[in-house]
Amino acid sequence: MEEKDLVIIGGGPAGLCSAISARKKGIDVLIIDENLRPGGQLFKQIHRFFGSKEHMAGVRGFIIGEKLLKEVKELGVEVWLNSIAYGIFKDKIIGVIKDGKNTHIKAKSIIISTGATENPLSFPNWTLPGVMGAGACQTMINIHRVLPGKKVLMIGSGNVGLIVSYQLLQAGAEVVGIVEIMPKIGGYLVHAAKIKRFGVPIYLSTTILEGVGKDEIKGAVICPVDENFKPIIKRKKYIDVDLICIAVGLTPLNELLYQAGCLFTYKGYLGGLVALHNENMETTVENIFVAGDCSGIEEASTAMEEGKLAGIAASEKIRNKKWEEEKEEIRKHLNDFRIGTFGEKRKLSKEEIIKEYYERIKT
Amino acid sequence: MKELKLDEKTYFNKISFPSFERIKKGPVAIIECIEDIPCNPCETICKFGAIKVGFPITNLPILDEEKCTGCGRCVPVCPGLAIFVLDYNFNEKDCLLTIPYEFLPLPEEDEKVKCLDRDGKFVCDGKIIKVIPPERNAMTAIISFAFPKKYYNKIRSFKR
Repeated sequence: MEEKDLVIIGGGPAGLCSAISARKKGIDVLIIDENLRPGGQLFKQIHRFFGSKEHMAGVRGFIIGEKLLKEVKELGVEVWLNSIAYGIFKDKIIGVIKDGKNTHIKAKSIIISTGATENPLSFPNWTLPGVMGAGACQTMINIHRVLPGKKVLMIGSGNVGLIVSYQLLQAGAEVVGIVEIMPKIGGYLVHAAKIKRFGVPIYLSTTILEGVGKDEIKGAVICPVDENFKPIIKRKKYIDVDLICIAVGLTPLNELLYQAGCLFTYKGYLGGLVALHNENMETTVENIFVAGDCSGIEEASTAMEEGKLAGIAASEKIRNKKWEEEKEEIRKHLNDFRIGTFGEKRKLSKEEIIKEYYERIKT
Repeated sequence: MKELKLDEKTYFNKISFPSFERIKKGPVAIIECIEDIPCNPCETICKFGAIKVGFPITNLPILDEEKCTGCGRCVPVCPGLAIFVLDYNFNEKDCLLTIPYEFLPLPEEDEKVKCLDRDGKFVCDGKIIKVIPPERNAMTAIISFAFPKKYYNKIRSFKR
């Protein structure tokens, strides 16, 4: 069986950054990714990212993706594309379907950076063609250049819902409205302002009752809700749409971590169940690390920093060396990001995770 | 159905909006950024030191209206597309608003457009004065368009 120092599962922003930092430490690295191109969700992020100069602020996501891929290539990181890691077994043996064939690989250390999955929302007719996740829609318009609908209803006003609505306008679709069940928008006001100024209505305290159509979506019924989120049926309204996009949050994609025996905790602000990890991103299973959205839903910027941290920490153990100062610098960057209304809550949740890691690892 | 409404009141007293005395003097930046976003490219790009975010970078940007020359370098770098430059004295009748614009096809200079408020509602007719193509600013086009002065604090975009 083939053996590797470090296997990284998932080649998104976290995985690519961990590969780069580990390779720079002379580690033999393999990235396994199920897609045809690494980069995760970066290549569909055509908007400029927030941040500061040190963190490539104002740079569009896909440009960051191109930069990372170039670095990975120059450093000679091995990448298996079209490869699905389906299991982690005893002694860190990873089962992989590579180009349709089953294979196994043994790793000294594993970094799991599998990202997240979109939350579904069920309502009558939600299984019809014409209902899709906002992230899937974003992949279609920005990667494949296919417009999946002409008149779109967006469900959810978090940053994903707001940004994808704007990008649908850029792609030439009409966004007939965004519905948000809460009395205020979930994402940043600047993103809402970008679409409001082109006339897209954002309905607050409103939900979708049903999709309408027989073979495909032809319309939707939306309805205001009362303070207990109960629909006020007599005020329901029908609108013509051919696409309903669902943007109601993300859940960490962490099945491999379960299977590897990692201990979990529930953190609502991070998207649900997440693996416990220490300040080096190491889980309760020694030499299995976690980074990016699968360790808690945040942003590409934090995923990249967590990736670097995990990459260096995994290298320390493989090489039996210490790079404490470098890691401390990355932790500082992470804290720089985890501020503000949204960041502060995530920072607290991350601190709780580390605390719980040490409590439970003892027992 | 209850809708999110955006207008000048949304930003009133929450941003360092330039004083009317300053607006009358010539081009000046208007920054409609009122949430604690960890972001500061506007501060970094300003070579006159007219925008201060400081530390932590979730601070709201504060405009020093005397230092601001209205050069517009902050307009394309704002990831939130929240910075505009207003030239109140474009001509006797009209003011000129410079905005970031990320749609294709681009409008043409001298083209007549419909000016929209922050909710995307039609307010008045206007005219495209200047188009800086996207290549110049990392894929963000910069458009300047003119409309009657009285709407200087109302209009924020246009449709063709």
